[in-house]
Amino acid sequence: MSVLVYTESEEGKFKKTALEVASYAKGVADMLGTGVTAVTFNAGDTSELGKYGVSKVLKVNSDKLKKFNAKAYTDALKQAVEKEGSKVVVLSQSANAKYLAPLLAVQLEAGYASNVVALPESTDPLQVKRTAFTNKAFNFTNITTDVKIIGVSKNAFGLKESSAELSEEEFSPNLSDGDFSVEVVSVDKAADKVTIADAEIVVSGGRGMKGPENWGMLEELAETLGAATACSKPVSDMGWRPHSEHVGQTGKPVAANLYIAIGISGAIQHLAGVNASKTKVVINNDPEAPFFKAADYGIVGDAFEVVPKLTEKLKKFKSDNA
Amino acid sequence: MKILVCISHVPDTTSKINFTEGDTKFDTNGVQFVINPNDEFGLTRAMWFKEKQGATVDVVNVGGAETEPTLRKALAIGADSAIRVNTPATDGIYVAKQLAKVFKDGGYDLVIAGRESIDYNGGMVPGMLAGLVGANFVNTCIGLEIEGNEATVIREIDGGKETLRAALPLVIGTQKGIVEESDLRIPNMRGIMQARKKPMNVVEPIETNTNTEAVKFEKPEPRGDIKMIDPENLDELVDLLHNEAKVI
Ligand SMILES: Cc1cc2nc3c(=O)[nH]c(=O)nc-3n(C[C@H](O)[C@H](O)[C@H](O)COP(=O)(O)OP(=O)(O)OC[C@H]3O[C@@H](n4cnc5c(N)ncnc54)[C@H](O)[C@@H]3O)c2cc1C
Repeated sequence: MSVLVYTESEEGKFKKTALEVASYAKGVADMLGTGVTAVTFNAGDTSELGKYGVSKVLKVNSDKLKKFNAKAYTDALKQAVEKEGSKVVVLSQSANAKYLAPLLAVQLEAGYASNVVALPESTDPLQVKRTAFTNKAFNFTNITTDVKIIGVSKNAFGLKESSAELSEEEFSPNLSDGDFSVEVVSVDKAADKVTIADAEIVVSGGRGMKGPENWGMLEELAETLGAATACSKPVSDMGWRPHSEHVGQTGKPVAANLYIAIGISGAIQHLAGVNASKTKVVINNDPEAPFFKAADYGIVGDAFEVVPKLTEKLKKFKSDNA
Repeated sequence: MKILVCISHVPDTTSKINFTEGDTKFDTNGVQFVINPNDEFGLTRAMWFKEKQGATVDVVNVGGAETEPTLRKALAIGADSAIRVNTPATDGIYVAKQLAKVFKDGGYDLVIAGRESIDYNGGMVPGMLAGLVGANFVNTCIGLEIEGNEATVIREIDGGKETLRAALPLVIGTQKGIVEESDLRIPNMRGIMQARKKPMNVVEPIETNTNTEAVKFEKPEPRGDIKMIDPENLDELVDLLHNEAKVI
């Protein structure tokens, strides 16, 4: 009956979102009076999960599952849910989790609510609060099935420590050839770059940056802050930056702790995608730019002057506080 | 090759989002509806297959009669025929089950859907459809080539991309990147005239369950006032980010 949580890892290490969904699962388990079981795939040391309320880990170790494969992971998770008799499954909203969640929902005949931002409002019926209309509204949804899947938005719940006695168990799901009917041929991932999905801080540039040759200063600012770089839609449409950096309603969603928008006007479609970020800073030379109405801190000024100066100040701050 | 493109009928991205009937219904008053942007990228790729490799392209929507202008627009862009399953799109599984029926009846090789619709942002219909009919599925697809019975798909992952191979039938959830913004087509007069004559097949829904129920809506709290910082005094910003916002 435990709450089952899919805790994602990379190169054997847990992602921050894994600890966040574990914290969330613990919150749900407390409401239901049960414990939390985590499923891990080729993770190394799992003791960290104990700090966020997980009491049992089902460790899947398999060479076949080295690369994420949605169908095979779905099958493994389904078997874990059945083994534990879980009624609630919690997962993140990473690209991989969003990929497998609907497949898992079909397998388990479970109702699935995505983009959930808070602990359930009630458990009977199970009602969750989720974002809709790309962050322009919230929507309260009842999940009416026996087994329920909750996809938790990044950074919405945060990390909550609560130590639990952790037990581990090897778990070997039965996988069939059919599970690998979609074959992963190659993975192309920049190893050293902070991704928008994982970043705590995002530095984003718009058309006001005038051209791709000016991105050096944004990259330097981002590097100083350990941030990911992002951009507005026209910037990616013009090929100044790759599509993968396009954020907004039709691009990636951003839910960072700090979002710094530089030379971005703040069109409604842009704001919709980034306003789940906690703190927003706007640097724009036009005091009438709409983004100033949607931000926490604003600087009216020329990005080409402000950004290098800000980077210097932050470098000094970092070295003073190191 | 037979392609089915799922078309979600959504409020234009500039719409003001309001609710009626005690915050239980989306207020469509004065709202302009469009093809869901993610679906439009997919439809454009489907047109490429039609023109370059030979394919028929049907578009489908699960929804009431009010969605027909959106389907007509897809026909004007170049789809061959439209199917409307005559029922409100109640929840993800309900829509996926209606689409599964259309998929089986039509014998499609490829289904292209947007990775999510910009209204409910469920992000589940394409995957559920694939799961229901036992087709292969790739989400956040940003590249698709098909040769014979085999597809090579590029999927966007967090921080990079991945190349996958899968046999047809295949369902993809797609987004910008599968084609460029500049590839999108604005229907011309000829397309609009032709679209009027293309089939709009209205089919009745199958009886099936829902798994979730949208109970009510809420608008976000209005945010507090912005603090303006003098560009000559960036120390203040650093201080505020550290001590007030606590984000650095
Ligand atoms: C269907 C649809 C979907 C869309 N989806 C998205 C989306 O997902 N994401 C997105 O971003 N957009 C999206 N858009 C586009 C959106 O409407 C805007 O056009 C876009 O966000 C504007 O990008 P921008 O702010 O970079 O450019 P602009 O609006 O041109 O703004 C540039 C800003 O830079 C400022 N500036 C200029 N020079 C300087 C300087 N030296 N220093 C400081 N500031 C300077 C200007 O004052 C201006 O405010 C979408 C549009 C449509 C129709």
